[in-house]
Amino acid sequence: MARRYKSNLTWDDVTPEHLYLNRRQIMAGSGALIGAGLIGGQARAQEALEPNTWEEITTYNNYYEFGTGKDDPARNAGSLTTSPWSVEIDGLVDNPGTYSFEDIMSEVEIEERIYRFRCVEAWSMVIPWNGFELADLLNRVGVQDGARYVAFQTANRPEEMPGLRVPVLEWPYREGLRLDEAMHPLTIMATGIYGRDIPNQNGAPMRLVVPWKYGFKSIKSIVRITLTEEEPHASWNVANPREYGFYSNVNPNVSHPRWSQASERRIGGGLFARREPTLMFNGYEEEVASLYEGMDLEANF
Amino acid sequence: MTAVQTVNSTLRKLPPWTLYIVGAIWAGWLFYLGLTGGLGVEPIEALEHRYGKTAFQWLLVGLAVTPLRQHLGINLMPFRRAIGVTAFFFVLAHFLVWAVLDVQQLSAIWADIVERPYVTIGMAGFLCLIPLAVTSNNLSIRKMGAAAWRKLHKLVYPAVVLASVHWVWLAKGFQIEPLIYLAVTLGLLATRFRPTRTRVA
Repeated sequence: MARRYKSNLTWDDVTPEHLYLNRRQIMAGSGALIGAGLIGGQARAQEALEPNTWEEITTYNNYYEFGTGKDDPARNAGSLTTSPWSVEIDGLVDNPGTYSFEDIMSEVEIEERIYRFRCVEAWSMVIPWNGFELADLLNRVGVQDGARYVAFQTANRPEEMPGLRVPVLEWPYREGLRLDEAMHPLTIMATGIYGRDIPNQNGAPMRLVVPWKYGFKSIKSIVRITLTEEEPHASWNVANPREYGFYSNVNPNVSHPRWSQASERRIGGGLFARREPTLMFNGYEEEVASLYEGMDLEANF
Repeated sequence: MTAVQTVNSTLRKLPPWTLYIVGAIWAGWLFYLGLTGGLGVEPIEALEHRYGKTAFQWLLVGLAVTPLRQHLGINLMPFRRAIGVTAFFFVLAHFLVWAVLDVQQLSAIWADIVERPYVTIGMAGFLCLIPLAVTSNNLSIRKMGAAAWRKLHKLVYPAVVLASVHWVWLAKGFQIEPLIYLAVTLGLLATRFRPTRTRVA
């Protein structure tokens, strides 16, 4: 099941490591490229996108278990023990059980996927993930008839996660996908970035990445996966259903009640970065729009 | 000399205009950090928040002047105008970063002010402060008369309440810091509206 998706973005788009430090200067001259966005979303997506640097990807994070500041996770997440790690897989599956990280990795093929990443807060990055298709893991454990959703849960370790002392959300962090979304070739479990192990602040050792949804759906440091019949609990959706829908597909036409989602700011442009138009389904409309055919996306935001 | 007397005599030696210099240098330093990567990889939001929070802190210091004098005998009165004007300066910087660097488009700025309640509230607080900044000079006090001037400057109370609600409202999830600022704001206002009890000698 691996290799079902080929990104428009390739490794030729990735900044070579020795150029990280020079990128600011390069950015200064790239205003013309950003102007290409006016020609059309897809054109912009293919021509002007350049993956963010390792520094950008690993120092600007939302991982509230380690604090609500963007730099808190990079500072505090070192305390998370990621080895040994295991994932409990249960619910409507043929082979429920506790799977060690190594066991999971032994049966999947790791691919490189360069995806746009759009946060609900209207900032975005392009991230070169390494990971495997979630479908491969789900097929291995055997999804039973009747399963319609997949629920995920983040590690809940107050002694390692200082942010859990504050009830920002109902802990542990939980998320969910419809089964067809979970089985979609774009949906991956990421275990690396830029070919290195994924850092703790980005969700080590294993996190979900659903590139056409707002970032908070891509739940980090997963310890449990449950196949269910009913729509599962999703933390932000439960905390504030008016602001965060279960689907939370990137949609420039549906505003968050407190801010517009029509445009976004690419991280890395500095103090004078221009906003760019947000793309429907974060630019993956061609691949995923069919999942939502006939659905009112304003009601099911 | 008691500690309070030492503090007061030290404060007396400090000309109030030094506050403007400190404020300007601080604002410039933050901007420089934003330009050079010192505020992290997303400097626009960081600068916006830093200016906003600094403005809030100066507003709270301004509100603390009277209770500090009444309850502790510390005299910051000579600095009150400089504190207020510096606070306004940071509110203005906060607003400009938001409008020019963050939202970037006039139509979007207007849409945010009209449609997003936390922006509406922040904007209302900003508007409350404009007449105060404009009349922060001796000529205005003379022209308006001290009583009317004092009455006008009570607008700082709604302004700071609006500022605290603005922050509480924009926070995602349940966050402690804006609630602490709200509590300090309400505490400082309470020192004014509570009937003063006669102290037992």
